[in-house]
Amino acid sequence: MAEAIVFWTLAVLILGLGIMVISARSAVHSVLFLVVNFLLVAVLYVMLNAEFVAVIQVLVYAGGIVVLYLFVVMLVSLKKAPERYADPRRVAWTGTLLAGAVLLEVVAIVVASSGGGEPAATEGALGAADTPFAECGAGPLVSCNTEQLGWVLYTSYLIPFEVASMLLLVAMIGAIVLAKRHL
Amino acid sequence: MLEITPLHYSLLSAALFMIGVIGVLVRRNVIIIFMSIELILNAVNINLIALSDQLQDLAGQVFVVFVIAVAAAEAAVGLGIIIAFYRNKETVNIDEIQIMRW
Repeated sequence: MAEAIVFWTLAVLILGLGIMVISARSAVHSVLFLVVNFLLVAVLYVMLNAEFVAVIQVLVYAGGIVVLYLFVVMLVSLKKAPERYADPRRVAWTGTLLAGAVLLEVVAIVVASSGGGEPAATEGALGAADTPFAECGAGPLVSCNTEQLGWVLYTSYLIPFEVASMLLLVAMIGAIVLAKRHL
Repeated sequence: MLEITPLHYSLLSAALFMIGVIGVLVRRNVIIIFMSIELILNAVNINLIALSDQLQDLAGQVFVVFVIAVAAAEAAVGLGIIIAFYRNKETVNIDEIQIMRW
């Protein structure tokens, strides 16, 4: 019951803020709605027993990426929002209709593929079975999600982890090169 | 209605995904299109986390960590491109960004 109340409240807020993000007139307002949206999604992650990802969401998304967006919005200050330019070739409702079709498709897939009821809890594929969820736990209130995730990340997913670090390094260099006026 | 199943999370994720798609298709400000892409990535993450919780498999959460890393890289490079473009053309209107059109 409590879970249902929290879920529906969060769902309404997340979707409402999502709509605000894409409909706000000024880009600064969009970014601010986006921060709140990300924080609420982090609460959703906590509900789903993914505490580490929730913290990462707050730190990286709400703290890092959004601040980057805010900087760019401030740097790219416009006298006139792009939406103010009238363009007869552009029909906004076509995009909305197409997106609605995508939603129908996704919902159809979700409903069709969840018909099988409760799937059997499989042992973690790809070697994640080393640390089953239930094993770790110092008490009912203490979660060891971070410990488990770290274990899996540094054993089964070590190579992808290193590749991700290379990706971040390349992205960092790329961003500096792109934003720099003279090399 | 009162019992929250992974189906609910998937539908929430689908709706958020659709909001992101609408943003990408309807808005003309490149920065807001980028934010819509972040919304789409978040929708995918919700799905992964919900299924990770249901299947009791940490692979979903590991995947989300990677998605977040890629999103950070994408935001850094994409916003760098926007800054560089704005410096040259003084616009972030997607309809005017066509210098790479063939």
